[in-house]
Amino acid sequence: MTPAHLIYRPFAAFASVLMLLCALVHPVSAQDLLPPAPYAYRQLDDPALEAQAQALMETLRCLKCQSQSIADSDAPMAGDMRHQVRTRIAAGEKPEAIRAWMVERYGDYVSYKPELSPTTWPLFVVPLVLLAFGALVLRRRLRRAA
Amino acid sequence: MIRYRLFLWGLVAFAAAVFALFAWQLNQPKDEFVASAMIGKPIPSFTLPPIVPDRPGLASADLADGQARLLNVFASWCVPCIAEAPNLARLEASGANLVGIAIRDRPQDTALFLANNGNPFSRIGRDDISAVQLSIGSSGVPETFVIDGQGVIRYQHIGDIRDSDVPVLLEKLREASGS
Repeated sequence: MTPAHLIYRPFAAFASVLMLLCALVHPVSAQDLLPPAPYAYRQLDDPALEAQAQALMETLRCLKCQSQSIADSDAPMAGDMRHQVRTRIAAGEKPEAIRAWMVERYGDYVSYKPELSPTTWPLFVVPLVLLAFGALVLRRRLRRAA
Repeated sequence: MIRYRLFLWGLVAFAAAVFALFAWQLNQPKDEFVASAMIGKPIPSFTLPPIVPDRPGLASADLADGQARLLNVFASWCVPCIAEAPNLARLEASGANLVGIAIRDRPQDTALFLANNGNPFSRIGRDDISAVQLSIGSSGVPETFVIDGQGVIRYQHIGDIRDSDVPVLLEKLREASGS
């Protein structure tokens, strides 16, 4: 009878070849070859300005990844947006003006900060209404029990 | 008491309706497109250098010379851009004036891309940091904008141009020319 390890040898060899192939195959990615924009990853020299830029970047949505802010994303386009934010802050623009510039181009979508607007107010009001309902029901129950 | 019970059933019905809405919405295909809010507004001022030797660069002033144009935002590293190339050629053959903006592209890659897929553009601007792309509210490649003769953005097509989109774009371009 053949020893077990000899029976398994072809499988082991096959597995090794498979793993080697996996390592060799380069994933096809739709990714550009240009370096990131100058201020995509480089902080502003002035810590106060950088803090302003950072705070603003956390409130802007990455358009490519959609569930991340541009501060958290490594998508090239998010880097290009960070570059816009930092260079504009460095040039003396106010964070609110830069936010408005982005919203003017992409609508509310680009905002990663919850904001009260004619379309979003139910999100804030409905939980309060439901809480009030709950309190009402609870009060009736407690009163009946007493 | 009856009124109270009805009220409770009403709450249950309300909750059921809310969950039904969630279930329905979660089963809707998600729209991944982020539309530009710049439709109807003049294209912001910009000047982009050329990226290939045989086409001039692109500036906003070139888009306000009285002629309506198609502005195609593309990149050599973008696969759908290859897919739409034959339809860009069809648009050009139909008399459309096309200008391009190459996003985050190396000149040698753009040259190779145009050699392989055709070059329907009269001008191509080089946008290394997506600055102009961001300024017109474009969130990806490819996208195609209709710009009227006064340089006002009239229409945005997101994604690659399919066969059925060609007549739509030609019609939008005709409308933009008429005004």
